[in-house]
Amino acid sequence: MIDEVDVNGLPTRSVSRRTFIKGVIAAGATASTAGTLFRASGGGLFAATALQGTAERLLTLNVNGQQRRVDVLPNETLAMTLRYKLGLTGTKLGCDRAECGACTVLVDGVNHYGCSILTHAVRGRSVTTVEGLQDPETGALSPVQQAVLEGGGFQCAFCAPGFLMSMTALVTSTPSFTRDEAASALSGNLCRCGDYNKILDCAMRAGELARSV
Amino acid sequence: MAEKLIGTDIAPPDLVAKITGRARYAEDFRADGMAFAKLLLSPMPHARVRRIDAERALSMPGVLGILTADDVPQRDAPAEQCLTNEPVYEGEPILAVAAVDEATAAEAVERIRVDLEPLPFVLDPLESLRPGGADAHVQGNVIVDREWKSLKWTAEEFASAEAAGRLPMGEPTSEWSHGDVDAAFAAADLIVEETIVHQSVTHHPMEPRSNMAFWQNGKLHIFASTQSTARTRAALASALELDLEDIVFVAEYCGGGFGSKISGSTVMQIPALLSRKIGRPVMHRVTRYEENYFGRARPGFQGWVKMGFRADGRMTALDLYLVEEGGAYGSGDFGTAGAVAHLTYTPENVRVRAVSVFTNTPPKAAQRGPGGAQIISMLEPIVDKGARQLGVDRLAIRSLNAPGSDVRFGPRLMGLTSVHAREALELGARTFGWDEKRMLSGRRNGTKVTGVGIGLSPYTAGSRGYDGLMVVRPDGKLHVHQGIGNLGTHSIADTARPAAELLGLSWDQVEIHWGDTSLGVPRSSNQAGSQTTHAHTRANHAAAEDAKRKIQEVAARTLGGAPGDYVLDGGRVFRRGSRGSGMSFADVARRAIELGGHFDGHELPDDIHAETVTAASKVAGQGLVGVAKDNYGGDGAGVYSWVVGFAVVELDTETGVVEVVDYTGATDCGTVIHPRSLGAQVLGGSIQGMGMAMTQRWVFDPKWGVPFAKRLYTARPPGMLDVPLNAQWAAVGIPDPTTPVGAKGIGEPPVGAGAAAITCAVADALGGRCLCRTPLTPDIILTELEGLRKPYSPTATHIG
Repeated sequence: MIDEVDVNGLPTRSVSRRTFIKGVIAAGATASTAGTLFRASGGGLFAATALQGTAERLLTLNVNGQQRRVDVLPNETLAMTLRYKLGLTGTKLGCDRAECGACTVLVDGVNHYGCSILTHAVRGRSVTTVEGLQDPETGALSPVQQAVLEGGGFQCAFCAPGFLMSMTALVTSTPSFTRDEAASALSGNLCRCGDYNKILDCAMRAGELARSV
Repeated sequence: MAEKLIGTDIAPPDLVAKITGRARYAEDFRADGMAFAKLLLSPMPHARVRRIDAERALSMPGVLGILTADDVPQRDAPAEQCLTNEPVYEGEPILAVAAVDEATAAEAVERIRVDLEPLPFVLDPLESLRPGGADAHVQGNVIVDREWKSLKWTAEEFASAEAAGRLPMGEPTSEWSHGDVDAAFAAADLIVEETIVHQSVTHHPMEPRSNMAFWQNGKLHIFASTQSTARTRAALASALELDLEDIVFVAEYCGGGFGSKISGSTVMQIPALLSRKIGRPVMHRVTRYEENYFGRARPGFQGWVKMGFRADGRMTALDLYLVEEGGAYGSGDFGTAGAVAHLTYTPENVRVRAVSVFTNTPPKAAQRGPGGAQIISMLEPIVDKGARQLGVDRLAIRSLNAPGSDVRFGPRLMGLTSVHAREALELGARTFGWDEKRMLSGRRNGTKVTGVGIGLSPYTAGSRGYDGLMVVRPDGKLHVHQGIGNLGTHSIADTARPAAELLGLSWDQVEIHWGDTSLGVPRSSNQAGSQTTHAHTRANHAAAEDAKRKIQEVAARTLGGAPGDYVLDGGRVFRRGSRGSGMSFADVARRAIELGGHFDGHELPDDIHAETVTAASKVAGQGLVGVAKDNYGGDGAGVYSWVVGFAVVELDTETGVVEVVDYTGATDCGTVIHPRSLGAQVLGGSIQGMGMAMTQRWVFDPKWGVPFAKRLYTARPPGMLDVPLNAQWAAVGIPDPTTPVGAKGIGEPPVGAGAAAITCAVADALGGRCLCRTPLTPDIILTELEGLRKPYSPTATHIG
């Protein structure tokens, strides 16, 4: 059963989709009912019994600068925990299989697909979502948000939270960058409206604003 | 002075919510006790459900209920049910299970045994038309005069077509013509003839069509992802046989639709019905995999075209035959395709024949520029072939054949309100630098060869006769109630701007109310066919004129004089020339409430729609109400916008990979309301066209009738590294004379322009050889380049 996955044996710094699926397969479960589905912690099938003796479920996560206590199943993805346990619905699910980037979040400042990282793997690490970009004291928009607001970025904007996180990783990790470098850095995020030119304009402006801070 | 609002860039009023994560899309809503639904999808392309054994599922702890086809509103095909006992494509929903959580629902679905009787299936419309070919539905493979029919062409027709390497052309189900094509071909200086294939392409909006529903006090509360708001509620009410006012419809944001979420998508009914059955709120999260199945697709065409030209490049005759892949529930893109071809080249002699065939492939729907985008991307490189043979410049041949505002086209010779295609061609050529860049054609750099292309694409861009509703409240602001959807085009804001400008307001004095029918929303158009900008700048303009008259009347009654003495500016109404006197809009609103009657919406015009009457009754008494029907007229003439795309590509002759290195889009869409948004529409639509022409390949297994390419990475829309990163756009900006605002829509036409610019540029890089099929993936290009024997026939589609 999927509930028997031994998360303690997984690497602590990151769990790739590949490792995750291998683990699930090793445990004899089908990928179709794995952690990409929402499973309630309290009720639901076998929730209470099958997990005994496996991972600790009550975790303390550092999300957007706050310590959050949350009950997490071993095979739960970070995107599911954020959206369905912590009420942080800004992180979007567009494909749930590392194809679109709508679920991108920062883990220790590095952009990751939230659908492809297990919540247990981010214990002791700092998670930032789109809800955590504003200044917690003043509510001021981050340089990336400010640049997107000035530039009127995005159309339907379902991809926007993911793009904003990738842009944030870019401007905080790279002091200056070219348009081509920005495109490479953001190429893991898909925009079906095709608003790429305007998104890149915003990324370049975000770089300027970040440098002037 | 109030700001100028038409033609300036603003931040859309919902942008802060979108970039802080506060914007709530359908899957972001929660309700107490919310259960989750999972679907059981048909594993076969055509089957009949003989028996469902759900006992093992229903006895599981946490399972709350099941919904089958017997529980949903019954429809006769080609109308579609949300659950079915006769699936006609792999992935069609058969039943839904609700459980306390999603994993439990999924496990329950896996425990259900469905006994399916396989039925004959067909993927390729031509195979269905062959003698003895399968029909997609038990009732037949085509619908003629609303009757199912099993249409088969003769073996002789197929044999002669295959021998000639062209499309078989038996009896069509639709035909229209003008002039005499045969005589015109006899007199033509040049004839070009090709068989063409345009594949079916999935929409794949970023947001899957998830939704959540619950019932409270007999009313359905539904949280959905849709392009339209008022019209989707109406469609859902009709589908579920409910009164309009018994649905509280919430759709604040829509993560893309592109035609696949115009109004109530069929699957939207499932959580509503399941929730009613189990008495709990139900969330249905649609996966990307499921989106591939029931998220809709643009229909494909297998076609044949013959063009006759005069020596100077004038197209004198066009003969077009289209076999449409109608999918599981049919499609009608062929109609627009024929009309758009006639409109773009204005041949005096034209014949369009078509047959739309049902197939056991996922259902089709309008996709941005339906019919037009496919036909333009296929015909433009063939026009280039003619130009090349005649020695006519490719820009010149398009200008020569393009219509003016006096055009009449299509089966009924429809007229248009305004056409500035030639101006768009000139402006685009100037912006792109056609005279210099066309010289790059055929340039070699190592293994790469450069191609340059132009694609000219028209599409519908307006409609008329809807209502506007707005209130000047005692907070001094103009509150605009929008029944249109928030589908990403920024039109919920932009269609209010001419109204605000008419009332002399700054943008920060305007509040937009949208996305929740309980707020009161007026009768609106569908957000489809690029109608919205045209239709709702008009409707809001009409309501603003009504508000302006009332504001002047309130001022005259309060301060004396005649209404005509008063002018409006900066949120105040005052006598001409005495800005310091007069009343604030806040005072006007309070006074309107005192006066009552028509001032505050307690008396309404006679000609507004019943939906608007209901909406106005919700806002009556809140302030000074502006409400009116768009009576600006113009009925009878169509509204079309144009986009011309110019592209430079580099084709690697060793790998077959095409890189788009430069792109310009220029448009005729009337008055420009919001330049930055318009640019995003022109370029974004063009990029969707590039994906359609190049990267989104949909492959089916012919033996089992199932799609292989089910996800984004297997039928990949363009990413940031697939598109030119310094693309340019420009707008002609000539107002449409038949609307008080002058604006036409823009959503549709850029797709055909982007796609055609690429199909033309690739043909140019190949020395003028038109592959006459999409998508132009590297293997297909390499097969052509290497002169290899093609492992597929000239009419094959969805080739693996």
